[in-house]
Amino acid sequence: MTSVADERGKQVEPAARRMITPHDLIMFGAIVLFGILGPLLFPNYTFQIAVLWLMVLFAQTWDVMGGQMGYNSLGNIFFFGAGMYICAVTQIGLFTDVGAFTSSTDQGTFNFTPDQYYIGVAAGLVFAAFGSSLLAVALGWIVFGLRGPYFAIGTLGIALGAGELVGAWEWVGGGGGIPIPVYPGSGDGKSFFYYCLCFGAAMATFIFLKWLYSTRFGLAINAIRDDEEKAEAMGVHTMRHKTVAWAISAFFLGISGGLFGNMTGFIEPLEVAFPAPTFGIFMVAMALLGGKGTIWGPVIGAILFHIVKEATWTYFLGWQWVALGVIIIVNIVFFQQGIVGWLQEKYPSWFGIEVEERSSSAKEAAE
Amino acid sequence: MLDNLNLLVLAPFLNVQLLVDGLFIGAIFALASFGLALVWGVMNVKNLCQGEYVIMGGYFAWYMGASGIHPMLAMPVAAVGMFGFGWVIYKMIISRVVEKDMFTSLLATFGLAIVIQQALNLAFGPEVQVANSGYSTHTIPMLGGSITVAEIRLYSFLICCAFAGCIIAFMKMSRMGQAIRATAQDVRAAKVMGIDTEQVFAFTYALNAAVCGVAGVLISMIWVIQPFYGITHSIRSFVVVTAAGFGNFPGVIMAAFGLGVAEQFGGFIFGAEMQQVTVVGALLLVLIWRQVQMSRHRQAVQ
Repeated sequence: MTSVADERGKQVEPAARRMITPHDLIMFGAIVLFGILGPLLFPNYTFQIAVLWLMVLFAQTWDVMGGQMGYNSLGNIFFFGAGMYICAVTQIGLFTDVGAFTSSTDQGTFNFTPDQYYIGVAAGLVFAAFGSSLLAVALGWIVFGLRGPYFAIGTLGIALGAGELVGAWEWVGGGGGIPIPVYPGSGDGKSFFYYCLCFGAAMATFIFLKWLYSTRFGLAINAIRDDEEKAEAMGVHTMRHKTVAWAISAFFLGISGGLFGNMTGFIEPLEVAFPAPTFGIFMVAMALLGGKGTIWGPVIGAILFHIVKEATWTYFLGWQWVALGVIIIVNIVFFQQGIVGWLQEKYPSWFGIEVEERSSSAKEAAE
Repeated sequence: MLDNLNLLVLAPFLNVQLLVDGLFIGAIFALASFGLALVWGVMNVKNLCQGEYVIMGGYFAWYMGASGIHPMLAMPVAAVGMFGFGWVIYKMIISRVVEKDMFTSLLATFGLAIVIQQALNLAFGPEVQVANSGYSTHTIPMLGGSITVAEIRLYSFLICCAFAGCIIAFMKMSRMGQAIRATAQDVRAAKVMGIDTEQVFAFTYALNAAVCGVAGVLISMIWVIQPFYGITHSIRSFVVVTAAGFGNFPGVIMAAFGLGVAEQFGGFIFGAEMQQVTVVGALLLVLIWRQVQMSRHRQAVQ
């Protein structure tokens, strides 16, 4: 963070980010249009597009910490899994005994009526969101004394450990997992229902974060990213800001976990709920691909990444993971500022950043 | 859980058994952790594909064992092969992230770890493999029971000790070892003194891969290998190095023995499926302990 270009960006960023530029409106309009038309035009891909919105949500919530606050977490997937389990336990626990439900080999022992199902999902998502936030606050005590790579390793440890611990916890089904209550309706109805929820969750996250980054809170977490000691000296209560930022990430990730658990219909600790080597690393890769620390970067990165992922999945079956690893390495090593970061440097006016002539000529002189 | 604890109190020879197993395993952890400490200390790269190098070394032994050659003979092959592999990886990837911030190296090596895992999975399949060394197992009566010691574990312990000794001697006496230590102290000063630091970095990284390869050969004979088991080994190395502090070789050995023993006891008391949790738990405990230590001086762990 020492180049002149960065310094220049930072000088004018705070004022610029408050604005909604015409480009923002066009992009947002295009995404909403795709969100509405997507499932109508490609009804066979409704599930895939719903997962795409969850990916967008993942990348955005990772960016709250990684991009805006400079705390690169490798374990944010923990809140996804926690939300999934909290949601499932709520859905089941409201109407029947969880231990009995999860241990029964016969899944048809308890039938949920439609009313029970919808109440369960609604309550489950609310509990998942707030439960994950509470977990973030609690874990914040443990990990926020760590910086840089130690923070990344520590959070990765939390995510890996959680998967193993849940796998040993018989009450929530252990390693065998839990079957989620069955949607009372047709398969198409189910995918449409969850599509709407996923799309809504991703858009709500985007709008909330767009607002959040324009407030003093957004400036404070940027100050923590740029220099935590100085921020503290300026009177920013760093611990409180960091905890709240993580809780916000966890809030939306918890919702996404609850939704994903219901969409797949069966949850299991290692592959579905706490997949640190897959979703956990994808969210980082997506945010970096798009450009971390920007509002549009994670969104664009997630959309591109998901499309590439699905394409490799279809056409290079067996090699898809190798391809993904290579994408991550190439992205990190050669193209670290990401797509939006690169555009921002090239065409600052698109982002409402006004470059002062003096500082830009100073930059040229420096080069 | 309490039953298991009770069993340990009633049958003291079990403690000895776990302790011995822990020390034998810990010696191998020390080898892999030493590589990480070296790379971390010299070039400030957090190598998250440490475990994958170990597993790759293991597949050398397994492959040779499967084609009728004694897996012990795979050790020099694995060391040379992994040295070359490490050199290539350094030139291709690591040399470009050395200068960047540390999270970059962490994530780049994580991406590399995914590629290696999947390449191994495609090449050898996802089955759990073990390289059969063919050595016998001895039973030693002790403390009202008997402990079993597999010969291969004893040999691997001795090999680890010999190998560690060689590395120490190399670092202390050879010209390259001196250059590595100088670079670890101050890269710029080393450059000024005419040391080709690029060469030193490449050598250090390749040496790390070779050491991991040797550790992997031993692990494939006394334990099991599988393409996706690498991450646990990586985390073990991180636990050991974080606890010991890099550049502290005796500390690394002690921490590795401690982790090996802790893991054996944890696995016995909490059940075998909790062995990985013990590793991760140890990591979190070490990190918390370091934080408490640092916060006394109002500093963060970085």
